[in-house]
Amino acid sequence: MTDKRAALEEVVAGLEDGMTIGFGGWGSRRKPMAAVREILRTDLRDLTVVSYGGPDVGLLCAAGKVRKVVYGFVTLDSIALDPHFRRARQQGAIEAMEIDEGMFYLGLLAASQRVPFLPTRAGLGSDVLRVNPDLRTIRSPYGEGEELVAVPALSLDASFVHANRADTHGNAMMLGPDPFFDDLFLGAARLRIVTAERVVEAGSLPAEGPMQSIAISRLLTDAVVEAPMGAHFTSCEPDYGRDEAFQTAYAKAAADSDGAAWAAFVARHLEGGEAGYLASLQVGAREAAS
Amino acid sequence: MSTAAGEPTRAEVCVVACAEIWRDAGEIIVSPFGAVPALGARLARLTFAPEIVLTDGGAALMANTPPLSAGPEAMVLEAPMPYRRIFDVVWSGRRHVMMMASQIDRYGNQNLSCIGDWSKPKAQLIGVRGAPGNTVNHPTSYWVPSQSPRSFVEHVDMVCGVGYDRAAAAGPGATKYHDIRAVVTNLGVFDFDTPDHAMRIQSLHPGVSVQDVIDATGFELVVPNEVPTSRLPTEEELDLIRSVLDPAGTRERELA
Repeated sequence: MTDKRAALEEVVAGLEDGMTIGFGGWGSRRKPMAAVREILRTDLRDLTVVSYGGPDVGLLCAAGKVRKVVYGFVTLDSIALDPHFRRARQQGAIEAMEIDEGMFYLGLLAASQRVPFLPTRAGLGSDVLRVNPDLRTIRSPYGEGEELVAVPALSLDASFVHANRADTHGNAMMLGPDPFFDDLFLGAARLRIVTAERVVEAGSLPAEGPMQSIAISRLLTDAVVEAPMGAHFTSCEPDYGRDEAFQTAYAKAAADSDGAAWAAFVARHLEGGEAGYLASLQVGAREAAS
Repeated sequence: MSTAAGEPTRAEVCVVACAEIWRDAGEIIVSPFGAVPALGARLARLTFAPEIVLTDGGAALMANTPPLSAGPEAMVLEAPMPYRRIFDVVWSGRRHVMMMASQIDRYGNQNLSCIGDWSKPKAQLIGVRGAPGNTVNHPTSYWVPSQSPRSFVEHVDMVCGVGYDRAAAAGPGATKYHDIRAVVTNLGVFDFDTPDHAMRIQSLHPGVSVQDVIDATGFELVVPNEVPTSRLPTEEELDLIRSVLDPAGTRERELA
């Protein structure tokens, strides 16, 4: 049986400019942030980011990695809006595909099922169809022949999701209240990467929690990366909650219009590799305690 | 607005107006956005709409009806309701959402995506979220805590929630389950119960005149011959709001 364990640098080195990349989680919850930080350390550019958007979108926009964002919303949850994403949109620095969040789900499902589209009422009558002129409607071949939206498959080159636990074969466990759409992000992608707080031996995952919490089967996984605090500063229940103080500092620095505060934030937290990032949190915690 | 002891405040009238939206709603998920709608939903469940189903704000349904400020330890959960299942509920129609609106127009088109031209907005907001799907699948109402010509506009910049004119233009697939029920604001309650579904004053909160509302609206409102006054909270309701559901007074800050 394949041992799918890999280092994050190794996995991210397999990405290429211009790829369409999905990020699991939702808003500022269980985002694959270690993977996002690793992408920030590369020269990758022109990415299309597909996300139930949170700070993953903001960070990648701020670093100039993004050509296009596919989203239904971008939010930090406890802080309504992400300043980096707002600025990128308001400056016209990125392309956007903004769709209903249920359409987004159906797009991932269609890609996972290898069908070109799935029908829905969502989007009918709204400006989602105006601002996405490539979207098409389709007439039902049944009943009254209703006109519905044909949500195109959101096919991805690569996807990253973050789990509480994974095993060496690539099964993954979500111990928090919501598995979100992470299995579909993986199902929709060619290159499928799971990061996890802890990676255990194959077969020992059921000892870590209820069987139903193993939301990701190894059929959906190409690589497994152990990444402690890999969702920080977003929440990763029950291992840790959102780091609200850190998120507030992030949003404050991001909102600073002359960029000095953001440059200082980057210098402090994002320039020293993942070990440096985690160490910078310890420094922050010590300062807060003193 | 009186703040004397015992007299209901404007925010408390708004809470009751929101609660009234869900009278006779039956066994559906009520999803309120904002503190005042959330209090309205809980008040409705504790009084005249005990069947309505509420989430804990996360991925579960809540069996009890705790105060707005209650943490997880005060919540009794009854069943999981992760986001994927929420979409199943949305598309099944067993839900009534009260969303907020950065902009709303006379036919109930709503915008929470951006201000200005979508291709390069003056202000990027949160995005369309689930508004397009909500509005063509189940009843939708709106809460606008600060009604003004900036929020009540002739045309919204980006149609997220679909109004009556746009649903009709999109055809039966859009109109079949379309039902924009009401808009509650700091000034009154509005509905679309007119021949062409143009927004109409349903009631005005105590102390608000028709002229106040016209001045706070950027389009021509339908004004009925008799304009009712929004009902006041009963003593029981006032006690529930003040002593049980919101002793911290969150409702007042949302209108400030």
